[in-house]
Amino acid sequence: MNGTVEPILTVEHLTMRFGGLVAVDDLSFSARPGDITALIGPNGAGKTTVFNCITGFYKPTVGMIRLAHPDGKTFLLERLLDFRISQRARGSRTFQNIRLFQGMTVLENLMVARHNPLMLASGFTLFGMLGLRTFTNAERAAIDMAKYWLDKIGITSRADDPAGDLPYGAQRRLEVARAMCTEPVLLCLDEPAAGLNARESAELNELLLFIRAEHATSILLIEHDMSVVMEISDHIVVLDYGVKIADGAPAAIRDDPRVIAAYLGVDDEEIADVEAEVGT
Amino acid sequence: MSRAAHPGKRPLDILAALKSAVLAALVAFGLFSLLIGLRTDQGPTGALVLTERFGELGAFVAVAFVGVFLRELLLRDKRIDIVRFVPPVVTAAARRIIPFVGPALLVFALVVPVMFFHNRYLLDLSIQILTYVMLGWGLNIVVGLAGLLDLGYVAFYAVGAYSYALLAQNFGLGFWICLPLAGILAAFWGVLLGFPVLRLRGDYLAIVTLAFGEIIRLVLTNWQSFTGGPNGISGIARPSFFGLPFTDGEGGFAATFGLEFTPTHRVVFLYYLILALALVTNIVTVRLRRLPIGRAWEALREDEIACRTLGINTTNTKLTAFAIGAMFGGFAGSFFATRQGFISPESFVFGESALVLAIVVLGGMGSQIGVAVAAAVMLGGFEFFREFQQYRMLVFGFAMVGIMIWRPRGLVATRMPSVFLKERKIVAAEFVAEGRG
Amino acid sequence: MEIFVQQLINGITLGSIYGLIAIGYTMVYGIIGMINFAHGDVFMVGAFLALIAFLALVAIGVTAVPLALFLVLLIAMALTSLYGWTVERLAYRPLRHSFRLAPLISAIGMSIVLQNYVQIAQGARVKPLPPLIQGGYTLIDNDVFIVRLSNVQILVVVTTLALMAVFSWVIARTRLGRDMRACEQDLKMASLVGVDVDRTISLTFVIGAALAAVAGIMTLLYYGVIDFYIGFVAGVKAFTAAVLGGIGSLPGAMLGGLLIGLIETFWSAYFSSEYKDVAAFSILIIVLIFLPTGILGRPEIEKV
Repeated sequence: MNGTVEPILTVEHLTMRFGGLVAVDDLSFSARPGDITALIGPNGAGKTTVFNCITGFYKPTVGMIRLAHPDGKTFLLERLLDFRISQRARGSRTFQNIRLFQGMTVLENLMVARHNPLMLASGFTLFGMLGLRTFTNAERAAIDMAKYWLDKIGITSRADDPAGDLPYGAQRRLEVARAMCTEPVLLCLDEPAAGLNARESAELNELLLFIRAEHATSILLIEHDMSVVMEISDHIVVLDYGVKIADGAPAAIRDDPRVIAAYLGVDDEEIADVEAEVGT
Repeated sequence: MSRAAHPGKRPLDILAALKSAVLAALVAFGLFSLLIGLRTDQGPTGALVLTERFGELGAFVAVAFVGVFLRELLLRDKRIDIVRFVPPVVTAAARRIIPFVGPALLVFALVVPVMFFHNRYLLDLSIQILTYVMLGWGLNIVVGLAGLLDLGYVAFYAVGAYSYALLAQNFGLGFWICLPLAGILAAFWGVLLGFPVLRLRGDYLAIVTLAFGEIIRLVLTNWQSFTGGPNGISGIARPSFFGLPFTDGEGGFAATFGLEFTPTHRVVFLYYLILALALVTNIVTVRLRRLPIGRAWEALREDEIACRTLGINTTNTKLTAFAIGAMFGGFAGSFFATRQGFISPESFVFGESALVLAIVVLGGMGSQIGVAVAAAVMLGGFEFFREFQQYRMLVFGFAMVGIMIWRPRGLVATRMPSVFLKERKIVAAEFVAEGRG
Repeated sequence: MEIFVQQLINGITLGSIYGLIAIGYTMVYGIIGMINFAHGDVFMVGAFLALIAFLALVAIGVTAVPLALFLVLLIAMALTSLYGWTVERLAYRPLRHSFRLAPLISAIGMSIVLQNYVQIAQGARVKPLPPLIQGGYTLIDNDVFIVRLSNVQILVVVTTLALMAVFSWVIARTRLGRDMRACEQDLKMASLVGVDVDRTISLTFVIGAALAAVAGIMTLLYYGVIDFYIGFVAGVKAFTAAVLGGIGSLPGAMLGGLLIGLIETFWSAYFSSEYKDVAAFSILIIVLIFLPTGILGRPEIEKV
């Protein structure tokens, strides 16, 4: 691999225990800037736990998670409070079960994502109360950014409808757009294609590829849908029972016998046979 | 009855209805046999003596029997749905009227003292209603917008009242200096309470705020030397018209403006004062809703975890909601103190918190108009049943239960978006969350 | 030292009463996740029913105290259970799938109803009852202090222990207990696997009310005076106890009850009796800050 580029995300020796259960065991991997990195593995492999550690919902038992900005600033995520990860370190995420603000409109959802810049522009509410220009300008800019993303995900016409009223696929895309409105350096997507039909899934792929192409945002995603993973990711990390079993480019992962074994549930002894079959 | 004869409807089942009615009568007998059927009174020796009231007991049981029998017969399998009986024309008209309700109410509120200048009783009632409108709007920020359940709101009302009373008495400060101080102190207490407890969720927060309200009341009751204990504080400075006292004779408000002296001047002044305070509360709330902080409150109510991933400092956001809500409670409190001229811990019991919360919930959490209407209905209803002194609280309690069953989300359950691209569409109630805090 | 022993005895007695009421809160919260705000008033109704039942029994000639007490216990438990059942049926069941605040507001309404109902039916004045059970044991008697353990106190603690034993057995071993535990885990799932959820919830309220009735009788015997307002304060403190112990946990409710009882009595003895409630509530706040799920409550892992 290209060792000259500094990785955007470096996870080192990450371990997460819940009581006696080891959900993630000494996991190390890194994600390069501009890449779409996929974290895959069978159910219960610990993928979401890794996400929760990266985005600050869990404090890892052991380990270090470093996020490096293109300008050289680095953040140790395991030391930051969850909201600071989005605010300072610019790591944003979506959820497996969509977490939109259902009772707020689509536009409001995107405006909430602009909370921090708007708070600053409103002089922590004071300028906003007075209706000063700095705030109204910032608000207009936020609406423009929202419009941009609404256009990209194709729901501009529904901007004033409650988010809970959107079809499922649009809700998924809105959640991605909302995360993008925080202008993240790293976007973590937890099974963004779950429950989508083929067409919606294709639309989502397009959106992710657009983000990679047009924005300085690297993507880390958890996904079950192999067609999505293989089609769009640049780099894949495979977890099984909290342990990394493979790490590499999609083509290499596709043929990795350990990955096949993990997915098909083959015993350890049989891996040798599988390896022989695949011809490695 | 004609409905029952209608084809397609289920036939009358008198036997089943009778069975339910007998069951209800038995339950009623069990419930009321001792508490209604017998009455305990202190006899001449001080010991309790029993009086029989079997007639009343019989009446209660009979009512239960007949009531359930009729209900089973006529309304079986149907919940009473008042909305169904309203013809669509009326609903359509109501929808068109809604935007004008607010301004109409405001105009009405402005002319009340003119219309009812000689009706002192009505003016006093209006002042009381407006006080609760203001309290409701203040609590609405915490419960309705931020979705944090606060069962001890009366504590901030108390802090405001006592701050004003004590500052006015000990330092001779005037109302207009004390008012902001009382608000700041109440907000300070809000932050003080909020800081440790706001990470608690749901009902834990509810019970801690309840405990806090009780602590404040108990301290006010027991700290004799500072607060006057159960006797409270009397002789609190009455408000003046920017320095002109409402007194008869030279230098008073009436004399200065060449009016004939009447004590009603002060009442009218108090009326406009509380109206202004309530309107300030409303304007601030409406403006805050359109600012990032207000949007963050509502987002917090919808989904706290999502808020955190968007970089919102949820603790600070909750604290500001708590503090601003508390501040308005404090303002209302100092108004209460100056209006009454006397305060005691009696005025700040849990029942007050429950009443304000009931107003917010009945009005529809988050809706300003709904809260105002609910306050008027609630307190107006209270006054209406004044003759039935002891029964009115009973009716109030049943009304709370009934409203929750009939309209659990209050009068106005829908939500107005804070920002829009093309048109402001009302968000239907079923999408709006109620908060986990 | 003598004061300490005496206060320990008093605190345990008071704590037993709180614990009995707290169980009602904790069970209902465990199963349907609501604060049954009217529970304190159900306790008050229980005390009134016991008082009237006792007077009625005396009036018809049952004067032997042990027999009368036994009958009072049965009558009060049965009728208070009926109140618990009715409250659930009228004010909570229609709101089962309503929004979250609705049952709480409804419960506050019901609490107001019960208080005023008793006030109207029985008058606002306090109801005194001469002590039925007298005597006790003097444990320590030096010239300065006398430490006494009264028979009422023994009765309160023994009855509480016995009820706790029976109750734990019901939860652990019977069909009903299993249904209740299933409902506590997952209401919807429980109904899918054939648990009669409505019936289980009703029975939870019935059991809670019956235990509250026992607490009402104990209060009547221990203090000898009740009024229509005792439910609020006792209810808030018992709920505090339930939260302190870890809401949803039965041993927690008892432990919380004992702690609140002890805090209250010791605070009264060593500091000031005026601030005993302040002490109890402050401890609640402090405990929740450091142990947000109470002492024996299960820690909640945030699912995202």
